[in-house]
Amino acid sequence: MLTSGVILLQANLLSPNPGLIFWTAVTFVIVLLILKKIAWGPIITALEEREKGIQSSIDRAHQAKDESEAILRKNKELLSKADAEADKIIREGKDYAEKLRADITGKAQEESKKMIAAALSSIEQEKHRALDVLRNEVADLAVMGAEKIIKTALDADMQKKIVNSMIQDLSTKRN
Amino acid sequence: MKRLNVLHPKSLVKVMAILVALLVNTGGFSGEASAQSPEASAEVVSATAAASEHGAPVAHGEEKAGDVIMHHVFDSNIFAFHPFGEIELPKIAPVAGIDISITKHVVMMWLVSAILLVVFSFVGGKYKKMTNRQAPKGLTNAMEALVEFIRLDVAKSNIGHGYEKHLPYLLTVFFFILLCNLLGLVPYGATATGNINVTLALAIFTFFITQVAALKAHGLKGFLVHLTAGTHWSLWIIMIPIEVIGLFTKPFALAIRLFANMTAGHIVILSLIFISFILKSYVVAVAVSVPFSIFIYLLELFVAFLQAFIFTMLSALFIGLATAHEGHDEHAAEVAHH
Repeated sequence: MLTSGVILLQANLLSPNPGLIFWTAVTFVIVLLILKKIAWGPIITALEEREKGIQSSIDRAHQAKDESEAILRKNKELLSKADAEADKIIREGKDYAEKLRADITGKAQEESKKMIAAALSSIEQEKHRALDVLRNEVADLAVMGAEKIIKTALDADMQKKIVNSMIQDLSTKRN
Repeated sequence: MKRLNVLHPKSLVKVMAILVALLVNTGGFSGEASAQSPEASAEVVSATAAASEHGAPVAHGEEKAGDVIMHHVFDSNIFAFHPFGEIELPKIAPVAGIDISITKHVVMMWLVSAILLVVFSFVGGKYKKMTNRQAPKGLTNAMEALVEFIRLDVAKSNIGHGYEKHLPYLLTVFFFILLCNLLGLVPYGATATGNINVTLALAIFTFFITQVAALKAHGLKGFLVHLTAGTHWSLWIIMIPIEVIGLFTKPFALAIRLFANMTAGHIVILSLIFISFILKSYVVAVAVSVPFSIFIYLLELFVAFLQAFIFTMLSALFIGLATAHEGHDEHAAEVAHH
């Protein structure tokens, strides 16, 4: 078997066959050209496009992340600023309200004082006026009394009584 | 007819042995081998004893086994489908002194080409329709994995800049060799890549592509300078022949490696099966031939992928080495110095 194998090896296994080389070359070149046209072109283009797509997606995702982080930071800043602003406004408002209240109460007190004073003065005036009216009335009464006395009889006793009663009247009225 | 007379309790074993033989396309021999005497099937020892007694017929059987193995591995004009007959392939009149008749391996290559064209026209069509927001499915996805592997791990990592130009060749050679290797493992198939002429033709393509790439990358002057390996002019008489031989050894090694790997696997499988026929023993068939040949068959499946990958990988590596710019600049600087 060994010898026959060696003979066969020499005879056939490594023997060149130009026809087969020719057919291999022809077949391979045709397959290469057709596959290049119908398969490798589209496949590789698609793969490259997908690669680029994935890369750009990743880039975009990173960019979006950075952007969102920036926005978040800005928002936080704005929020803290707004908080501070709000605090300030509240504080100012409180201060103003305090001041306003103090003003208003002050004014009200002043006003009431003024009103009381005015009332007192008007009361005083009224009193004076009433006294004046009373005085006039008394004078009229005195005159009327005098008239009466004169009309009835100028009796001395009578006159005394009349004057006394009049004075009595006046003093009681006055008090 | 004789086979029916020797029906045996161990006929199942025989059927298996015949089936495995059929699987590797050696049906022609199985009929003769199964017509053995029942007592010889008992033990290996008795079988070998019988073999030593009848020296002449056994020797004839051995020669026959060698013939069948070699016949299976060789190219021929006949495409045999053993129990069903055979097809004689047409002969074409020699053109310019070259016999270009169609042989079994040519038919296998055409079959491979047809399968490749069908599969990749389908896959390519899918890619033409696909937008880059869609994911590939099924066959398209499987092919994409291989294409992507060749593109990135073989072409891009070995050739580097400008690898796109060589990508169609590398992809085609990978799938072509892979399918040739795999179809050789199919029953009635033949391994076109187990033929030195086929592998040589493919290696010649690599050779030419490598040289053209080197010429394009370095120019004619750079190419010639490269042949001197940057040595002193007095050494050129040694260096130039060595470098020229070096140019040819690379593709030659490619051709031999692929051919030897594919042929060796088949010869090992066939030899393992023929051990049982030569020893005329079912025990050997069950204990040795079948399990070992199945093991080698599985190994061959792996080797089919491995050798296709190695051929493509080394082609890419040679192209990458030929187009590398660092070496060229170094040589140019040295030459300028002299």
